[in-house]
Amino acid sequence: MSDPVIRIENLRKSYGPVVALDGISLEVKQGEIFGLLGPNGAGKTTTVKILTTLVRPDGGKAEVAGTDVLSDPAKVRSLVGYVPQELTVDPYLTAQEHLSYYADLYHLPAASRETRIQEALALVGLAGLEDRRARHLSGGTKKKLDLACGLIHRPPVIVLDEPSLGLDVQVRRDVWNYIVRLKERGTTLFLCTNYMDEAERLCDEVAIIDRGKIVAMGSPAALRSQLKRDVVSVEIASANEHHGESLESLEKAVSQLSMVQRSVKDGTRLKIYVESNDAALPKIIEAAASVGISVQSITYSRPGLDDVFLHYAGRAFSAGGESGG
Amino acid sequence: MGDFLQETKAQLGRWMIHLKREPFNVAFNLVNPLILLIFMGGAFQALARDSVGGDYRSYLLPGILALTAFGNSMAGGIPLLFDRETGFLLRLMSAPISRASILVSRFLAVNLSTMLQCLLILALGLLFGARIATGLGGVVALLMIGLLLGFGVTVISLILAFVLENHGDFFAILGVTALPLSFLSSAFVPLDALPLWMRLLARVNPMTYAIDAMRSLILTGWDWPRLLLMVIVLLVFDGAMFWLGARVLSRQLA
Ligand SMILES: Nc1ncnc2c1ncn2[C@@H]1O[C@H](COP(=O)(O)OP(=O)(O)O)[C@@H](O)[C@H]1O
Ligand SMILES: [Mg+2]
Repeated sequence: MSDPVIRIENLRKSYGPVVALDGISLEVKQGEIFGLLGPNGAGKTTTVKILTTLVRPDGGKAEVAGTDVLSDPAKVRSLVGYVPQELTVDPYLTAQEHLSYYADLYHLPAASRETRIQEALALVGLAGLEDRRARHLSGGTKKKLDLACGLIHRPPVIVLDEPSLGLDVQVRRDVWNYIVRLKERGTTLFLCTNYMDEAERLCDEVAIIDRGKIVAMGSPAALRSQLKRDVVSVEIASANEHHGESLESLEKAVSQLSMVQRSVKDGTRLKIYVESNDAALPKIIEAAASVGISVQSITYSRPGLDDVFLHYAGRAFSAGGESGG
Repeated sequence: MGDFLQETKAQLGRWMIHLKREPFNVAFNLVNPLILLIFMGGAFQALARDSVGGDYRSYLLPGILALTAFGNSMAGGIPLLFDRETGFLLRLMSAPISRASILVSRFLAVNLSTMLQCLLILALGLLFGARIATGLGGVVALLMIGLLLGFGVTVISLILAFVLENHGDFFAILGVTALPLSFLSSAFVPLDALPLWMRLLARVNPMTYAIDAMRSLILTGWDWPRLLLMVIVLLVFDGAMFWLGARVLSRQLA
């Protein structure tokens, strides 16, 4: 009952000289949404491909429902529904034909097929479009079809690799609703993402991965509260055409303050990480005034997952990991 | 076994849908054969009458059939390479299916379309005045020979689909095989009319045996020794390709 549905232990994988996974371990409990959050190139897709038996690990262990991916790949494949990062719909096939194709690949009996197809179409909101060729569906609708194909066999585990990548806001919300509905049915979800808000909003448990290593793990709330600091975000007047230099001097000025741990420039804003301290706001405003900078707005907030990433990975999330180094 | 049939049928169904909704691809395959049939047949009709002893279009028809079978089979792996490039194949492989079903379904689809195309070429040949000495039985035999040649070539194409890295390379290979190999056979002129080096190469080209057998069926009648030689050569060729394919592809699809 309490056995984890997915268990990964010290998993390693290299592509030639590139170390994609440097010994990661994690466990996913029955019925939860587990998020693997990290920048591009962190090793998310590699993890997913090992879980779906598409790539052989160099070392370590990966199990789905107690079945090792290497010793019984066929069993693992029948337990997992996989929706890859890239669109994999076939432009020539209709939505209905896609679902019927996957129904056969998962060996569904003829009797239950039609109900399953209708159910999958309804779940992603594609009812009425079943006879349209994928070529003539919008990008967002293609993605929904892709998602529907991954659940036609009602798998106990569904693996989604960056499901909302590149989608517009409305479709993104639809996809989120769909993920929540799957969870309500008792499906265990493994979700890769590089969107903080997606992880924060959907996931019960998050592992932050960076350069093939898991740097932090826990519920989004726990991860945030582990960080004993708050964020002051200062926006300087946008009319200031030298805002680059202004941010520079503001950064220098606030670094003198004792409660400031570090700061990061983000567009026309400066994010300042401070030890929880009531005096922080007035002190920062004072520092800005002392170097002649007019502040447009200033906010004080609890840290988000991007701040968690910054803390553990030692650099801003948006800087990405592909650069190596 | 039931599972294998179900997954193979589904994949074959997808290829048939492609065939139906992508008629342009078939047309593309038929361009070269049709140019040869219409223009080369027309251009050399008078010139060739003496050397081939009769109607040049009838003489040319077997070569064009073999070229069609070869070209279609050789291109047969391309959709699988596209599936590799788009990620479709990887997703397919995350399903609990036998890897062999991927190859078997594509193999069947390619050879079905080869058969259709050969029928189309035959019909056009007849329309342009070619005659088949062995009648309806001969038509069936001609299709069989096309398939026997196509089987081994399809396997080569499936290997290429998994060994090559991108479809550009695949198209390049297609461009430099079909027509040159046809010229290095008895497709357009009798072997005796070829220079020695070309004749030697034509002798090791399985197409030559298919074409010679087809030609006898169209021009003269049931030439059993020739048909037997063709069957032996093509079975050896197909067998060798299947053996090679099994070795390479079982590793590529592991
Ligand atoms: N097939 C491959 N060959 C070589 N390198 C690869 C391959 N797949 C992934 N990589 C490398 O492995 C690292 C992790 O990639 P990936 O797992 O795709 O990351 P993510 O999905 O988090 O963006 C990256 O540096 C990537 O370039
Ligand atoms: Mg990825």
